[in-house]
Amino acid sequence: MDQIQKTLLEEVAGLHEVPAGAYNIRANGKMAARGTTAHIDIVSKEDGTGIDIHIKAGTKKESVHIPVVLSESGLTEMVYNDFYIGDDADVTIIAGCGIHNGGDKDSKHDGLHRFFVGKNAKVRYVEKHYGVGDGRGKRIMNPATEVNMEENSYMEMEMVQIRGVDSTFRSTKADLEAGAKLVIRERLLTHGSQAAKSEYIVNLNGEDSSANVVSRSVAKEDSYQLFISKINGNAKCAGHTECDAIIMDNAKISAVPEITANSTEAALIHEAAIGKIAGEQIIKLMTLGLTEEEAEAQIVNGFLK
Amino acid sequence: MLTIENLSFQVPEGSREKEIIKHLNLTIGDNKFVVITGPNGGGKSTLAKLIAGIEKPTSGRILFNGEDITDKSITERARMGISFAFQQPVRFKGVQVLDLIRLAAGSQNMSASEACQYLSEVGLCARDYINREVNASLSGGELKRIEIATILARSTRLSVFDEPEAGIDLWSFNNLIQVFERMREKTQGSILIISHQERILNIADEIVVIADGEIRKQGKKEEILPEIVGTPAAVNVCQSQRA
Repeated sequence: MDQIQKTLLEEVAGLHEVPAGAYNIRANGKMAARGTTAHIDIVSKEDGTGIDIHIKAGTKKESVHIPVVLSESGLTEMVYNDFYIGDDADVTIIAGCGIHNGGDKDSKHDGLHRFFVGKNAKVRYVEKHYGVGDGRGKRIMNPATEVNMEENSYMEMEMVQIRGVDSTFRSTKADLEAGAKLVIRERLLTHGSQAAKSEYIVNLNGEDSSANVVSRSVAKEDSYQLFISKINGNAKCAGHTECDAIIMDNAKISAVPEITANSTEAALIHEAAIGKIAGEQIIKLMTLGLTEEEAEAQIVNGFLK
Repeated sequence: MLTIENLSFQVPEGSREKEIIKHLNLTIGDNKFVVITGPNGGGKSTLAKLIAGIEKPTSGRILFNGEDITDKSITERARMGISFAFQQPVRFKGVQVLDLIRLAAGSQNMSASEACQYLSEVGLCARDYINREVNASLSGGELKRIEIATILARSTRLSVFDEPEAGIDLWSFNNLIQVFERMREKTQGSILIISHQERILNIADEIVVIADGEIRKQGKKEEILPEIVGTPAAVNVCQSQRA
């Protein structure tokens, strides 16, 4: 791996070296490194389009890193990764994609991640997207995620995209069985002329299933964001979706929360707020000695932390 | 330390200008504890904001340690050594109490235990608060104390408090008095508090009474306090709770 790829790897997965636990590092469309453990196996799909990750039932406190880095301008790829998480497992999965585009051709990484979460399993999933490079070519990422949660499983998803991705459409769909619980936290910052669309569809199918979808985003300069969050309550369940956005400069933001109850026992809440940074917040930080610009940066960083 | 010369502040009201502060002159000496009091709408908070640079005067001058700061920004004044505690502290989503104290102290590397000392001084159990967000989950009294902790962390030549008692409960108020008493003993600098509270007036070196944008009375606590006790300029805490 070259230095550019190593830097991307650090940004998206916090990796300086080969991680502990299972891993699969994909660089410029090819597998660059792979490691498995006694409980976690990673196998390439026969048609070469992606990988299957098998986590044995009862695996505890193990992690899987599957970062993707692209540093070749003009590279376009579509990857299918499937995660089979056995019953009672408790694991952390770190995914992420970094694109360095120093050329004039568009670089694009599209992916479909499918999760099959077994009964009582607990998964923490972190996905970071990052783009860099001074070429005119665009950095494009379109991640799709499908989550199937069996009874009493728990999944926490942290989706982060801070800077550098020119165009993104992320689509996340989840189906929950009885007692399953899904928590999604999205953090998004767009700038320049970037566009980001993010859509969540959560079906609460089983009794006592629950979901909490929370997005915090900042749109700067001429960027555009569209946030769509649909929760369907099909049984006795609890669903909450919240979008909180800071708008700056000439940016545009749309938030479209949609909740549907198909059962009298479904309790669903949506909240959405878009606004600029409050003037008094800036003034308060200026009275602590920060300049207006420093105050603004501090407020944005805190909001997205 | 702070000299206010012929300061006026007007705001448009309909077709004419309304005078909030009228040709006001005031000097605050080094290491003094001064309380400004007076009826609501008399211009006290406006004066505090003019000192911090949040409002700009229509005419007149403000000197800080001999330097004219009338045209200086909020940031410049803060860096020169003026602190300002808001009457209604500002909330920030995502910004933690620790972040705010570090920003106030101007030290990003300040350890959590060092920052905790400031919270302890304002009577908050530091461990419970240091990682909390400065957001709507905090009560008015908690926010107020955190606000005061940021002023302690700054430790500047002049600290201005705009009605520190506003919006806090009786229990917090008793603690607040102790905080100011300690500040009075320890702080190397001047403290200027806007307040109606008799117990805060009682720990002042000097009291200034402002009404209709003008100074009505000014002098040592011993002289002024007996004249104003029982008026709206010096209510005791029970009266203000009923009001």
